[in-house]
Amino acid sequence: MDNQAIYKKIGSIGFGLLDPITNKKMSAAKIVTPELYDREGYPVDGGLMDIRMGVIDPGLRCKTCGQKIKECPGHFGYMELARPVIHIKFVTLILSLLRGTCKNCGKILIPPEKIAEHAAELKVLEEEGGDEERRKFITDIIYASKIATKCPHCKAKQQKITLEKPYTFLEDDKRISPIEIRSRLEKISNEELAIMGVKGESARPEWAILTILAIPPVTMRPSITLETGERSEDDLTHKLGDIVRINQRLFENINAGAPEIIIEDLWDLLQYHVTTFFDNEIAQLPPARHRNGQPLKTITERIKSKEGRIRHNLAGKRTNFSARTVISPDPMLSINEVGVPELIARKLTVPERVTEWNLEYLKEFVKKGPENYPGSNYIIRPDGKKKKITSETQESCVEELQPGYVVERHLMDGDIAIFNRQPSLHRMSMMCHKVRILPGKTLRLNVAVCAPYNADFDGDEMNLHIPQTEEARAEAEQLMLVQTQIISPRDGLAVIGGTQDALSGNYLLTGETEFTRRKAIEILSSAGISEFSRLPKKEKITGKEIFSILIPEDFSFRGETKDGHPLIIKKGVLMEGRMDSANLGEGAGLFLRSIHKQYGPEFTADVLSKIFKLGIAVLMQHGQSAVLSDLDLPHKTKESIKKIIEEAEEKIDDLIVEYKKETMDTLPGRTLKETFETKCLETLNKARNKVVNAVSDSSVEGSHFENMVRSGGAGKFLHLTQMAACVGQQALRGGRISSGYKDRTLSAFKKGDLRAAARGFIAGGFKDGLKPADFFFMGITGRDGLMDTALRTPKSGYLYRRLANAMQDLRVEYDETVRDSGGKIIQFQYGEDGVDVSKSEKGKINVKRIVENATGGKTQSRQSRDVRNSPEAN
Amino acid sequence: MTSTKKTSKHELIPVHEKLSDTEKEKLLSALGISFREIPKIRKNDPALAEMDVKAGDIIKISRKSVTAKNTVFYRGVTDV
Repeated sequence: MDNQAIYKKIGSIGFGLLDPITNKKMSAAKIVTPELYDREGYPVDGGLMDIRMGVIDPGLRCKTCGQKIKECPGHFGYMELARPVIHIKFVTLILSLLRGTCKNCGKILIPPEKIAEHAAELKVLEEEGGDEERRKFITDIIYASKIATKCPHCKAKQQKITLEKPYTFLEDDKRISPIEIRSRLEKISNEELAIMGVKGESARPEWAILTILAIPPVTMRPSITLETGERSEDDLTHKLGDIVRINQRLFENINAGAPEIIIEDLWDLLQYHVTTFFDNEIAQLPPARHRNGQPLKTITERIKSKEGRIRHNLAGKRTNFSARTVISPDPMLSINEVGVPELIARKLTVPERVTEWNLEYLKEFVKKGPENYPGSNYIIRPDGKKKKITSETQESCVEELQPGYVVERHLMDGDIAIFNRQPSLHRMSMMCHKVRILPGKTLRLNVAVCAPYNADFDGDEMNLHIPQTEEARAEAEQLMLVQTQIISPRDGLAVIGGTQDALSGNYLLTGETEFTRRKAIEILSSAGISEFSRLPKKEKITGKEIFSILIPEDFSFRGETKDGHPLIIKKGVLMEGRMDSANLGEGAGLFLRSIHKQYGPEFTADVLSKIFKLGIAVLMQHGQSAVLSDLDLPHKTKESIKKIIEEAEEKIDDLIVEYKKETMDTLPGRTLKETFETKCLETLNKARNKVVNAVSDSSVEGSHFENMVRSGGAGKFLHLTQMAACVGQQALRGGRISSGYKDRTLSAFKKGDLRAAARGFIAGGFKDGLKPADFFFMGITGRDGLMDTALRTPKSGYLYRRLANAMQDLRVEYDETVRDSGGKIIQFQYGEDGVDVSKSEKGKINVKRIVENATGGKTQSRQSRDVRNSPEAN
Repeated sequence: MTSTKKTSKHELIPVHEKLSDTEKEKLLSALGISFREIPKIRKNDPALAEMDVKAGDIIKISRKSVTAKNTVFYRGVTDV
């Protein structure tokens, strides 16, 4: 009979106010004394730690339920307040009720026929906005109809009621006592309340004025015993102690017939303490503090904000079977692997159920124990009892093991793990990896997956989670494995791609290079490729032919390289164009996307890691460095750059003259000064761009810098220019540097100097060296940039949080409408065009290519025009 | 600054049209929803200034769209 579970279904849950009678009924104890413990350290009867309200000391038994610590859920107590006080959380409700009803007869201050008139409107409002909206609406009516001075029912005069924050109600500047308020609220009938949006049966408004205070169970405010044996009470207990003390004094004074002023003062004090018991962060009230000055954490603070119960304990859980350390790169890992140190692998375990077929296999793990890898830490008996494997229990564990048991064995190669780096801004921040146990103490990952995690190795740490059930592992593997995440849901392009060396290497390889057959095989094998059957049967092999080995034989592709040249792949052979960041890089290019579309995620991941390794192998053979002479410019270029900059400076001088004479035409909506500054900035930027072009035109063919820039692996010509020729204008908040000293940027310049050089234009390059003033300018903009990032990160984080919370349960229905959890429509068609971006190319569907692929490359069909979203760009 | 031009004729305001009762029924049944689930527009919205609308009507808005060139949106009229 005992094991027969009784099932009950919750029909509904109602919320209301706690009335004094129920409060007394549900209470286990009446609290009368602020004392906590007697001389023996035993809780005082009727004190705040009364053992009728639950126990927190081991050994003691609860007087109410007879259970011990951890078993007893705790029981409420109650306290009779000498005078009623207002519950701070209900002042707005009380205010609107006082304002909306007659002080004499307790009826709503609108003629009955008016209520009927608005009834329909009210219904709609209530459906959409709930009680809050409804109540607002009612009070609006009262104010709008201007009959608030006289009750339409009993013709009694009404005074203006105001709230003096936080909890004092005034009627024509005279204070209304809580007793008076309570008696007024009592007059309002349940029917009248229903119109105001209050359910009288479960929430009589007078219950918002406290006559009896519920004392929370001891179990929710446990005291801690310090090492010195001293007891430290919870903040709530402290606060309750204050309330009890003041309440006692108030009782005594009333009974002794003390003057009204003293009683009033004590009453106020009681109100303050009860208020801060509920909320200690009321704007107009000084927070109640500990003796050391730190504010008490009372009920509201326990629930609210990031460290509160909701966000910290309920929405945010802590997990077992997880690890966190510093990460470091390992190019030898595949992109879907994660390197786990043995140290961690010995702590993280995977449960494996014993069957008659794997009994011997699992026994080996138990024999090895927790110290030797790969061993096991626990066995779980069929009845669910967990048994730790230690050197003592080891032998008995091995003996005991039989089908039905579960062994928690150490993490091993090939196990499923979820890898994560904060901030987890998109779904690629948590991906499933396969474990590889490695020596060392860091978590290792392939550099290609740094991009989706936004990770680098300057001390970044990442988290690892080990799914514990078969279902969780299957789900992680099917939905979260790295290769399933290659295509981003943001724009339908690859988020994982070549980076840095891999790009430069492939760029070099696919240029006009030629290798001997022997060398070609050497490069390919150092990239981990052992299948050479597709290598052309000749002595000299070009780089393009080597790269083609990685492309599937039936793959054809037409694209564009970074500098706009065509890239043509025909039947698995790279015919024209060099591979660069436009096609191999992350978040760009359709090459990777096309492969993914045709051959699937597994294959793409494989090709990607081969391309990566090949690039690095080529670069190792070739050698990659940077030489100062790479930055040498031909004499002719130097001259022309000098001329460009001189011209720009002259033009600025002309602008200065125009500005001073005020002959300049102002731009619409700008002042003369603003116009001048805009023009200066424009001139200088134009000049710098000219310099960049001059540098890129004359850059040394095949230099290391050139390779990096042209392949898209690292840097742009702008950065080359900054080193070789001209750093350019230092911009501060979108303009030239203008402040620092009075009318000048630095004390090295004359007041009112508006020339380029005096306002942060750095004409020289890093190689030639900066002028002293230039160092200051760079310092100014550098600091500004640093501060900007430091301030922007938390701000954008908060914006993101709000956006995510607002949109988290929107979804696309089968009819392509976007709806919220209440079924309300947000968009009539997802994204207005109904395109699933993750299956598109940059948000567009390339009908032309689809037709081409379907017809085998022959484009003639014009009928396919009416397909939704005709393509403009490719 | 008083403008003689009507607000609803401004180039930035898309075309607003009132749906007939049959169109309204058709739309609601096609989406399988009631008036409650449709996005709302207030009766005193400037875009509706020259239109004869009452609460419960549905307005068809034809907008230009970045993703789909032209797109239609519907809003149900509510009292203030």
